[in-house]
Amino acid sequence: MFEVSGLSKHFGGVAAVDDVSFSVNEGETFSIMGPNGAGKTTVLNLISRFYDVDEGTVQFGGQDITRVRPHDIARVGIARTFQNIELFERETVLQNLLIAQYIHRQTNIFFDVLFLPRVRRQEVASRKVLEDIIDLLHLQRYREQYIHALPFGVRKLVELARALCLKPKLLLLDEPSSGLNPEETEDLSFWIEDINKELGITILMVEHDMNLIGQVSDRVLVLASGRCIALGTPTEVKDHPDVIAAYLGT
Amino acid sequence: MRFVLKTNYHRDVDLFRDKFQFCWFAVLLVFVLSLPMFTGTYVESQLTLVFLWSIAGAGLMILVGYTGLISLGHAAFLSVGAYTHAILLDLGVPPFVSIPSAMLLCSVLGVVVSIAALRMTGIYLAIATLAFAMIVEKVVKNWSSVTGGNAGFKVAPPEIFGWELNSTAYYYLCLLVLTLVMLGVSNLLRAPTGRAFIAVRDSEISAQATGINLVKTKALAFAVSAALAGLAGTLLAYQWHYLFPDSFSMITSIKLLMLVIIGGLGSMSGVIFGAIFMTLLPDGIATVREWLPDSIGNLPGLEPFSFGLILILFLIFEPRGISGRWQKIRLFFSQFPLYRNRTFRRQKSFLRTERVH
Ligand SMILES: Nc1ncnc2c1ncn2[C@@H]1O[C@H](COP(=O)(O)OP(=O)(O)O)[C@@H](O)[C@H]1O
Ligand SMILES: [Mg+2]
Repeated sequence: MFEVSGLSKHFGGVAAVDDVSFSVNEGETFSIMGPNGAGKTTVLNLISRFYDVDEGTVQFGGQDITRVRPHDIARVGIARTFQNIELFERETVLQNLLIAQYIHRQTNIFFDVLFLPRVRRQEVASRKVLEDIIDLLHLQRYREQYIHALPFGVRKLVELARALCLKPKLLLLDEPSSGLNPEETEDLSFWIEDINKELGITILMVEHDMNLIGQVSDRVLVLASGRCIALGTPTEVKDHPDVIAAYLGT
Repeated sequence: MRFVLKTNYHRDVDLFRDKFQFCWFAVLLVFVLSLPMFTGTYVESQLTLVFLWSIAGAGLMILVGYTGLISLGHAAFLSVGAYTHAILLDLGVPPFVSIPSAMLLCSVLGVVVSIAALRMTGIYLAIATLAFAMIVEKVVKNWSSVTGGNAGFKVAPPEIFGWELNSTAYYYLCLLVLTLVMLGVSNLLRAPTGRAFIAVRDSEISAQATGINLVKTKALAFAVSAALAGLAGTLLAYQWHYLFPDSFSMITSIKLLMLVIIGGLGSMSGVIFGAIFMTLLPDGIATVREWLPDSIGNLPGLEPFSFGLILILFLIFEPRGISGRWQKIRLFFSQFPLYRNRTFRRQKSFLRTERVH
């Protein structure tokens, strides 16, 4: 369903990502792990087209998306979250989720200025969609709150909710558990499973927490210094000599 | 305390938060409608100016307060709007055609300026828009065969179907236009188009990841903003009777920017507060000048200096402008005696150094 082949990206002389290939099956939860600076985030940024790919291709659902414009990635069916949270800070949770309904809109500026009945119907319909997501992630009590007043863990959830509002087929998560406490991480693993099983969304996740990876992923890719060093189930990968070496820094 | 109980989603879609707020606006409207019966022509013309600055301010607010793009050249759009309208009127074109044409021209220019906004933000964009305004000012000054140059350009009086509007009728016309503009902009902001502006303001990266085209959205924000400034320009032309290039100088651009900042960025009611403030300010300064000893009161730079000082004081003590202050006062009374000073304090943000990583 999703395939990356020969992906490379250089920053100056440094190869942040070097000839990385992998494919994700439909319905799978696929994780990428690796030490800091391994190039994990860069892979996600290449897929979501924030960076131009130097070499290689990205295929999604039989379509080549290597050169798709960044704002068309969401329409293709790929949504993402960010390692350091990128929310619309000066708005409420509700507004953040409503903004994410943008690609599904059926109106244009002329309808919007007059706020014709069609716009009102659309507003109520998208509200229903996002209330389901709010229910799924238990965000009810934060609905009307401003992002800048929310604790870090809740912001991460809001970002996840916003990604879901795009109704993606593939969800990219960049270190979803970073900055969360153990209980929050535990909840997160259930939600990731729910999103994967109940909503049927394929997940590609960058993660540090080996426990979380073990709980939710079907397969893991290990990156070190921009190269793939291992690929397999969580248990296979954990005991791989190269992986142990990479983490111990030898 | 007053609670808003929401029983269906329409309540959140509605323009007014509750019946109470609706009544508030209705009372305000009735008050403004009846004002000309009680006040003299001076107050009436000052209020007309408030309406016109509010229209221009609404345009700039979309850009600065909702899309996060700065413009130090909005006087140029006022100028293009005013001159285009006046020139077309002079050629015998009816106002129903010339006003939309002036707005259209402004929005085209707005789109051109937005090309600069694609690569620039903050101070660089401010300088680019300033440069644009200076070019427009030069053109208006030097193209005297069309614009009259420094000698000025006489504007035909406002007429609807051959019926000339007196100042009271013009007051009502401007009030009507302002009401429509405020309705239209508020509608935009509670619909996908306006949300795209807000998204671009708060995070360009996230906006793109949620499928918002930065190029188109910025161009649209500039186009709408410039069209509204142009509209204000056409109506100002009527109000001033004569147009001079200096009526639309850099000072005007800065005043407009002050208007939206002092009113409160990201608030449409702030536009009105800001416009009232800006219209009262020269009178206020003139009054204070009389109080001061002559050696200070007669200093030529006193007015711009006070503008700057007030702007800085606002930025330091009330960054959310008059409208932010107003909200706090309202909350204080609605929650009395439970109001806590902490309510509006921002939680300490965490590091945002690595934006994409
Ligand atoms: N925009 C950039 N400019 C220059 N170097 C970058 C940029 N983004 C990432 N890098 C470099 O690429 C390497 C991989 O970074 P990253 O993908 O963020 O690692 P990870 O997410 O695995 O911790 C690092 O050495 C980093 O310094
Ligand atoms: Mg990273």
